[in-house]
Amino acid sequence: MRVALMVTCVNDAMFPGTGAAVVRLLRRLGVEVDFPQAQTCCGQPMVNTGYLDEAVPAVRSFVDAFSGYDAVVTPSGSCAGSARHQHGLVAKRAADNGSDPGLARAVAEAPPTYELTEFLVDVLGVTDVGAYFPHKVTYHPTCHSLRMLGVGDRPRRLLESVRGLRLVELPGADQCCGFGGTFALKNADTSVAMGSDKVRHVRETGAEVLVAGDNSCLMHIGGLLDRQRSGVRVMHLAEILAATEDEPAPASRGAAR
Amino acid sequence: MSGTFVGMPKFPTAAREALADTQLRHNLAHATGTIRAKRAAVVGEVENWEDVRLAGAAVKDRALRSLEENLVRLEESLTARGAIVHWARDAAEANAIVTAVAQRHAVDEVVKVKSMVTQEIGLNEALAEAGIAAWETDLAELIVQLGGDLPSHILVPAIHRNRAEVREIFLREMAGVGRPAPDDLTDEPAVLAGAAREHLREKFLRAKVAVSGANFAVADTGTLVVVESEGNGRMCLTLPEVLVSVVGIEKVVPTWDELDPLLRLLPRSSTGERMNPYTSTWSGVTPGDGPQEVHVVLLDNGRTRALADEVGRQALRCIRCSACLNVCPVYERTGGHSYGSVYPGPIGAILNPLLKGTGDPQTDSLPYASTLCGACFEACPVRIDIPEVLVHLRSKVVDGHRDDRLPKPEAAAFRGAAWAFGDGGRLGRLERLSGLAGKVLGRRRTTLGRLPGPGAAWTDARDMPVPPAESFRAWWERTDGGRKETPRG
Repeated sequence: MRVALMVTCVNDAMFPGTGAAVVRLLRRLGVEVDFPQAQTCCGQPMVNTGYLDEAVPAVRSFVDAFSGYDAVVTPSGSCAGSARHQHGLVAKRAADNGSDPGLARAVAEAPPTYELTEFLVDVLGVTDVGAYFPHKVTYHPTCHSLRMLGVGDRPRRLLESVRGLRLVELPGADQCCGFGGTFALKNADTSVAMGSDKVRHVRETGAEVLVAGDNSCLMHIGGLLDRQRSGVRVMHLAEILAATEDEPAPASRGAAR
Repeated sequence: MSGTFVGMPKFPTAAREALADTQLRHNLAHATGTIRAKRAAVVGEVENWEDVRLAGAAVKDRALRSLEENLVRLEESLTARGAIVHWARDAAEANAIVTAVAQRHAVDEVVKVKSMVTQEIGLNEALAEAGIAAWETDLAELIVQLGGDLPSHILVPAIHRNRAEVREIFLREMAGVGRPAPDDLTDEPAVLAGAAREHLREKFLRAKVAVSGANFAVADTGTLVVVESEGNGRMCLTLPEVLVSVVGIEKVVPTWDELDPLLRLLPRSSTGERMNPYTSTWSGVTPGDGPQEVHVVLLDNGRTRALADEVGRQALRCIRCSACLNVCPVYERTGGHSYGSVYPGPIGAILNPLLKGTGDPQTDSLPYASTLCGACFEACPVRIDIPEVLVHLRSKVVDGHRDDRLPKPEAAAFRGAAWAFGDGGRLGRLERLSGLAGKVLGRRRTTLGRLPGPGAAWTDARDMPVPPAESFRAWWERTDGGRKETPRG
């Protein structure tokens, strides 16, 4: 099976450590992923702000970069959701305005895109990935992974199998954190009000680490936690699953290693 | 006496004010939390809830697909049963019809059943201009009306008020328009409801003309249906001599049997009850029983415009249950007034632009008043994919500005993004620039504090991570995907 990693534009530019963690994790499980350099962005920021014309080049890059692979795996519920549910919409626009009439066909023929936990549990059939992370952790299910993809309890099952990890319940877990892409800027006050409630619940748990499957949501919640000097760290699920006794998770976020 | 939504600012501005009102935040969090839990409990006990949802959506889709036929059949059935049917293209026509009926009977007041559509057309204000008082008889509507306030929720229009505030409104305002509140009024819900009952009773017994909406209109039997909890609706529908019902054309269902899934979906989604206490149905005039003059005003007011929108037309399935409001994290914090319409919350964010069309800055701000978290779609009893319609309407808003002589900074930014995302190599070169910034900034810190300019929208309350010195793309190239990894200091 030829598997390609869609790292996502946010992870590529801001959180390369998450992409590297996915590579390390999958390699440990016997899957060598490719990283097609032609990939850019799934197009979601444009689509969700209403800029359909502007999403066409990104979707074109996506289908060209991943054509020929058997599967695409991505450490983002939101971007996986975009690939599955929005690319058709963009392709229809590209056909309607004549900018890329062949896009619809390319989208239809694109390989399936899996969010990381779906790939691990459904495709590889594992829940114990051999990870070690001796910390108290709480998990925020991001909206798109929860409601658009329906990843269900896959992330929880993966986390529960991590040795040393103590998972504590997050109150109001299914409530949106308030990120919402450009919503975070266009409606900054409401976004922060929602995020503040999320952060209050996170701090109530006494967890050392807040984990989620989308770094964009974590950038928002983490930004609030950092501003409050809360001492709570945010981590992408992939980084926890990649951590072992021999290769523990890095002390701070960011760089790939 | 009542307020108006005319001239409301755009959503972000209105929301900022609402967010600063701590009493409002507390009232809303408490009320939506309570209804959410009630709904979840009664929905959870229906084993085949998803099947009922699908059936309900299918009924409404069927009705809308042959809307013209169904409406003509409704008119025939109603007329055959002695009702007088009027057609209204817009709010002004509907208001004129209702006003004319009231004037023909020389009344200076009407009693009203709670109805969203009469709020939508501003009927009370139109009647007031003609010197006719319209008394709201639903408890929450009464609170809003007495307080000179605006509704902020579809089901519970006074959701933004707590019981202490309600007590004050009753003590202050009831005397001016009828039976005063008792001097020893407390803020016990039962006592407040008792005061409202006494106050309204004399109006029910006196009024000659009543005005209602309808939850459903059955085409083949000519039956209108009103679903309610308090019994005030039943009073208005049976006691007065004349009844005028304003009905949006999307309320039609083809047959009586098709009410079945809808009447099961509505109470559980709306009040969190298994069954609503009162379901009134009437078909035209029944001699010697109830109103002897029955008018039905069939209203378009933008509904055919919404129907013409391929993606948006599903919004016409809405049965006004308000489940989407109660589960919406944005609504829970900003309240209903921020939406500047009688239809607030997620459904309002799509219904307003669909009914009115995009182009007005306030209306255009509504599709953006959502994080697209999807809780509304999950709760909607007739499966309106609200996030899908929101995104669709955002594209209409953007497309409406494509010919602007001076593009907005946002449009320019997205054009730049389209260029960058069109080519992986181009994006990689841009990332090297951000990596350079990261290298410089990252020497001293891991996060950025307050930024100037457009960055302030993010950093006023949130730190921003410093960009890493090396993008993932560059790391992959340098290390062959980690296979040639050398530990870096």
